[in-house]
Amino acid sequence: MNEHYVDRLSRTDRDLIISNVPDGSRVLDLGCGDCGLLVELAKKKKIQGVGLDIDGDLLTKGLAYGLSVYHGNLDDGLPGFPDQSFDYVIINQTLQVVKNPLLVLQETLRIGRFAIVGFPNFGHWRLRWGLFLGGRAPKSHALPFEWYDTPNIRVLTVTDFRDYCRREQIHVVRDAYLIGSRWHKASRRFSANIMAQAAMFVITRSGTI
Amino acid sequence: MDRKSVGLVQSHTYTFADADEPLVLESGKTLAPVAVAYETYGSPNADRSNAVLICHALSGDAHAAGYHHPHDKHLGWWDGMIGPGKAFDTDRYWVICSNAIGGCKGTTGPASIHPKTGKAHGLDFPIVTIRDMVDVQQRLITHLGIERLYSVAGGSMGGFQVLEWALRYPEKVRSAICLASSARLSAQGIAFNAVGRNAITKDSAWAEGHYEGDGPENGLAIARMVGHITYLSELLMDSKFGRRLQSADRLSYDFSTEFAVESYLNHKGNAFKRRFDANSYLYMTKAMDYFDIERSYGPLNRAFADIQARFMIVAYSTDWLFPSAQSKALVHALLACNKDVSFIEVDSPYGHDAFLVEEDRLAQIMAAFLSGGEKADVLGGHS
Repeated sequence: MNEHYVDRLSRTDRDLIISNVPDGSRVLDLGCGDCGLLVELAKKKKIQGVGLDIDGDLLTKGLAYGLSVYHGNLDDGLPGFPDQSFDYVIINQTLQVVKNPLLVLQETLRIGRFAIVGFPNFGHWRLRWGLFLGGRAPKSHALPFEWYDTPNIRVLTVTDFRDYCRREQIHVVRDAYLIGSRWHKASRRFSANIMAQAAMFVITRSGTI
Repeated sequence: MDRKSVGLVQSHTYTFADADEPLVLESGKTLAPVAVAYETYGSPNADRSNAVLICHALSGDAHAAGYHHPHDKHLGWWDGMIGPGKAFDTDRYWVICSNAIGGCKGTTGPASIHPKTGKAHGLDFPIVTIRDMVDVQQRLITHLGIERLYSVAGGSMGGFQVLEWALRYPEKVRSAICLASSARLSAQGIAFNAVGRNAITKDSAWAEGHYEGDGPENGLAIARMVGHITYLSELLMDSKFGRRLQSADRLSYDFSTEFAVESYLNHKGNAFKRRFDANSYLYMTKAMDYFDIERSYGPLNRAFADIQARFMIVAYSTDWLFPSAQSKALVHALLACNKDVSFIEVDSPYGHDAFLVEEDRLAQIMAAFLSGGEKADVLGGHS
């Protein structure tokens, strides 16, 4: 169930991520699944890609495409990856399923000059409405799970993430919001916490773009 | 017969080095002549760039695939992995496997006859190391007209050789596959090897290494029993044997071979003493004990700076002789030098033996990595 769910979301996210990665970058994808995004990035942007996932069977596909893969658990951190050894670290639709999201974010920005972080927005009006009216753990197209089988163990909103970046002095380079079936840029920022089903941030610690 | 088999194969011998130009070993001692037993499967392409070298583990030999005569019941030790359409696809790759120096399956070792004395070397045979094994293989592949190996692959002690190849001959290795191995043998590994060697050298038939005929068979069998304990996981031993008695329902209250696990170890020990030389066991385990990348190449995080190979490292979830964490240390060392490395931990109950037993999963990984290697350049893989 988890795989299909992530697959469906990644279709809409993929083009946005690809448009944010410059040609020839060195890219690490955390929670890469079958490395589909990296393969597309390699074809379109000539990147050097490394994929990391907790599912070793899925990674075999990435190997066959000539990518490097690392089978591991993000909750253990990424101690073997040197500081600033990648241009971009992608963590899309993964942050909400790890036990240690702060560790993962810290590692992401330690290893990469930039991070591309995508996550479902639990502040979306439909979820608020469901909780408010139904009195039950909310569901939506993007979050179709029951409380007992959801892979999403970390519930965060667009505002939560912005707060975190401010507190940690992380610079937001770009932000985009999935409203309806389209990704919108900064123009929709102020209504995003209530209107967006998902958000995507390009962040960095270095402050330079 | 298996349609996917490489079929009938034969071993060859390449002999090099003489008194004027002996092989200089890592210890500084010299050896001449040196005979290397090897087999090849598949065919070289025009520029011999499709060669894959397979490095065997402690008790392996050059016979990695196929069979030696039409009624041979014993296939090569990695037959499931090497053949047409298999992971090491002999329709694409020219696969080579040789017996390591110090071994007892055709390559010069302690049981070989010394040209001057007409007797076996015994303990007069110089100590050999993993580096010496690789140097001998390097002479062989040069003899075969190979400038650069498409890949070098091996598990356990074979994995040590793979690492040594990439470090010692960086320009000759395009990709490296290291299974169930590590940057050095752990204290625990040395300890088990020491018990095995003691079993041999304390056997009176060992005669200070200068035995003739059968030699210290009992000691060698015990060494192998210890080895087999380290190759299996507790989980597998428990599920395979448990506390089951071999042939009775009740306890016999004596010291006969009573439990199924005892019987298994006895069987393994007895089979091994018929096919392996006790002195060779001493030399091979010593070579493993000496292996330590840091001792030879400096701090692990900088040791791989000059390698050119893409690396594939595979660990097994229940391997406690070469635990996953030790394989990960290798991966991290390669990452520290910004090298191209992939890592997969295979979930398996088989312990260290998994690298020989879990063929289906390994075959998928190997096939993907090897074919991916052909695409890596197109995709901008850094090599």
